[in-house]
Amino acid sequence: MAEQSGAPSKDEVSRRSFLQISGGLGIGLVVSFFVPRSALAEIEALAAAATAGVGSGGEINAYVRIAPDGSVVLSFPKSEMGQGVLTSLAMLVAEELEVDWSKVRSEHAIANEARYGKWSTGGSSSVRANYDAFRRAGAAARELLIAAAAEQWHVAPGTCRAEKGVVIHEGSGRRLAYAALAERAAKLPAPSEPSEPKLKPRESFRVIGTDVRRLDTPAKVDGSAIFGLDVRVPGMLFAQVVRPPDLGGAVASFDARAALAVEGVRAVVEIPHGVAVVGTSFWAASSGRKQLSIVWKPGPHGALDNEAIRKLCLAAVERGATARNDGDVARAIAGAGAARKIEAVYEFPFLAHATLEPMNCTASVLADRCELWAPTQSPTSATDAAAKITGLPPEKIRVNTTLLGGGFGRRSATDFVEDAVHLSKHMKLPVQVVYTREDDMKAGLYRPVGANVLRGAVDAEGWPIAWEHRIASQSILREKGWPFKDGIDFAAVEGVRNLPYAIPNLFVSWADVEIPVSTHWWRSVGSSQNGWVTECFFDELCALGHKDPVEARTRLLAKHPRHQRVLALAAEKAGWGKPLAKGRALGVALHECFGSIVAQTAEVSLEADGQPRVHRVVCVVDCGEVVHPAGVRHQMESGITMGLSAALWGEVAIEKGRITTGNFDGYPIARIDQMPRVETFVIAEGDPMGGIGEPGTPPIAAAIGNALLKLTGKPIRRLPIGRVTRSA
Amino acid sequence: MPAYTLTVNGEPRRFEAAADTPLLWVLRDILNLTGTKYGCGAGLCRACTIHLDGEASFSCQIPISAAEGRRVTTIEGLSPDRSHPLQQAWIEEDVPQCGYCQPGQIMSAAALLERTPSPSDDQIDAFMKSNLCRCGTYNRIRSAIRRAAQSKAATRASANEEAENHG
Repeated sequence: MAEQSGAPSKDEVSRRSFLQISGGLGIGLVVSFFVPRSALAEIEALAAAATAGVGSGGEINAYVRIAPDGSVVLSFPKSEMGQGVLTSLAMLVAEELEVDWSKVRSEHAIANEARYGKWSTGGSSSVRANYDAFRRAGAAARELLIAAAAEQWHVAPGTCRAEKGVVIHEGSGRRLAYAALAERAAKLPAPSEPSEPKLKPRESFRVIGTDVRRLDTPAKVDGSAIFGLDVRVPGMLFAQVVRPPDLGGAVASFDARAALAVEGVRAVVEIPHGVAVVGTSFWAASSGRKQLSIVWKPGPHGALDNEAIRKLCLAAVERGATARNDGDVARAIAGAGAARKIEAVYEFPFLAHATLEPMNCTASVLADRCELWAPTQSPTSATDAAAKITGLPPEKIRVNTTLLGGGFGRRSATDFVEDAVHLSKHMKLPVQVVYTREDDMKAGLYRPVGANVLRGAVDAEGWPIAWEHRIASQSILREKGWPFKDGIDFAAVEGVRNLPYAIPNLFVSWADVEIPVSTHWWRSVGSSQNGWVTECFFDELCALGHKDPVEARTRLLAKHPRHQRVLALAAEKAGWGKPLAKGRALGVALHECFGSIVAQTAEVSLEADGQPRVHRVVCVVDCGEVVHPAGVRHQMESGITMGLSAALWGEVAIEKGRITTGNFDGYPIARIDQMPRVETFVIAEGDPMGGIGEPGTPPIAAAIGNALLKLTGKPIRRLPIGRVTRSA
Repeated sequence: MPAYTLTVNGEPRRFEAAADTPLLWVLRDILNLTGTKYGCGAGLCRACTIHLDGEASFSCQIPISAAEGRRVTTIEGLSPDRSHPLQQAWIEEDVPQCGYCQPGQIMSAAALLERTPSPSDDQIDAFMKSNLCRCGTYNRIRSAIRRAAQSKAATRASANEEAENHG
């Protein structure tokens, strides 16, 4: 039998994860109180609804614990997927709590709707929607600690202050550490007046706005960080699910005998998503799977491939519902001479999220309760999925949120949770379901596919005067069962309907295209394609009118001073208009989404193999307020990398009614030698706070495309760019 | 199932496994060392990088039968207390985002520095280009490798100086 002894570091990790699991951290001060929803929380409710299928209807609560050793443990109902949320939210609390950053630890809360409301992480909303609420959480805890000290000293709380984890009595200089006050403070009533206590003015901030170290880094450099796949529960089994290879296919029958003969295979079970092989290890399940013979019912889409899907989109594009109609676009275009107008078709493909940690979930279903260990963006959705399958009430479902090895929207879905719950229920044992890379890539839930027909015109002086923009794309909203408003899926037109340029004749329409490939939120959602289309077509109009792209944008953004400022800084830092090395060109793009405005420039060359190479990117973001500047820079860089990979190579292939993209050889993502130098500049001048997780992604594809337009004189109207330039 | 012996992070380990079990799954599912990650199972992402007899290797591509008796170092064994210059540099440069690829990145970088103590950016890129990071931490990975190389060089210099002073 396999040896299980030794490995002290791992045992330590297991103990820690079980401590979290059991929730047995009962020592010290626990502050948990009601915080009213701020106006910005409305944004979160919307954004959460837009990304995870749930609304944040409930209260926001904070959870502060002072351990006996003086460390401060903060629990948050937001999922850490790399965006740094467990650090930035901790900064908000720590700022008001008056503690040394070195004493702060941060972790996922255990999902609890009564305490925290619905938990979903998305829409680039975690910080901006909770900026006041989590500062109040820290301030209220601080006031309780001050009140506890004042009570002990028999002095008025107003004569005491808090500093670096200590309460000080001004008159006598007496001092008490938070750890010594925690027990007493825990017994005091929480502030009842929601507006109290007062928050620090911005100029007194010592944590917010500084580059503190991320709290999750140490565990991520020594192997001790626990992702979903690292969960180990006594007696657990491992499972893989073989899904029908055809879109719309199903299981006809299967013969499990050979699979069951493989050592370590415990069961072969049909569940709604396919046939699962359950074994004592990942490899046992893999080996069993190779021996499994399944007869599939073919799907009804045998002729479907990427070309057929293109045709479906193009066929739908002229029959959309009107999303915006300024002036008279038809007349303006008709009135322009042939040399002053242009028509273009822009097409974008399916994209996979391709998180480096494949989808997985561990479930333990018992007769009266169910426990999940899930790398999920939405423990609330996971709870609902488990409740539905088990028939248990939601309060009997306990979700332990692990670290997420990437999310990008994909982990707000529940397919992996459903598989684990079905299998644990069947096996009556804990089961970890693991998607292989190929399972993960083929499981659907992609960024939708679509096409745009654009017609534009410039006036006699060359300035844009007409922009007709007809979009056809798959609706994520329809697939989630959410209603359209005035026939429009708002996510499908974001960035187009609100095009900021002052163009007097502007028409936008959108048509839904039904394609039997499932879609989902993908980092920056509709903006992921619309930022590319609008900004590239803008440069086509500039080329038509012989206008400089920065000058033309600046002129048409007269009513958007923040956009102008972002663009001007990007142009300055990139050296716009200055000579470049031979064979290189500079492209620029600007896009607003999730409340933040981002401009990026890309310095690009075309290599001998026909592949574009991006050498340098300058990124300017105006996010209104900034909590963690390094976090903002890192998110911009991350968004750029993801956008660059998608722009150059991203495309899920469909052939004969099947997804054929399987692994990273067919779905390349940027490597270190393809990574441009990135310089990011952050503007935070006190405007309304914007999001950060997504707005870095959209502009880069257009910046690259616009550089290539300059370099070659030919617009690139179909993604991925790498395929177009290679075949040119 | 056949029995195998490995030296893992300096400790002899004996266990049974199917002969074709990749080393990755031996580490993760039998020896419970989950710091080494599964990303692709095909040698395409290098999240599973470990050192096999001191060489950076894809543990997802090595059947246990080919590793019998050999010496394996995983991220858990790189240092007992995150004191390896690369781990320190990773913390200093705030490298990780989601963090999933980082054990593999660090193990590759450690092998690079063993071979090339002061790598140029081109040498870093050439050695590290098989390690995928979906979050795009590459520019900080480069900085952290340079920082660790400098810190190792400084340690070597002061050790040499000390040796000379005592010599």
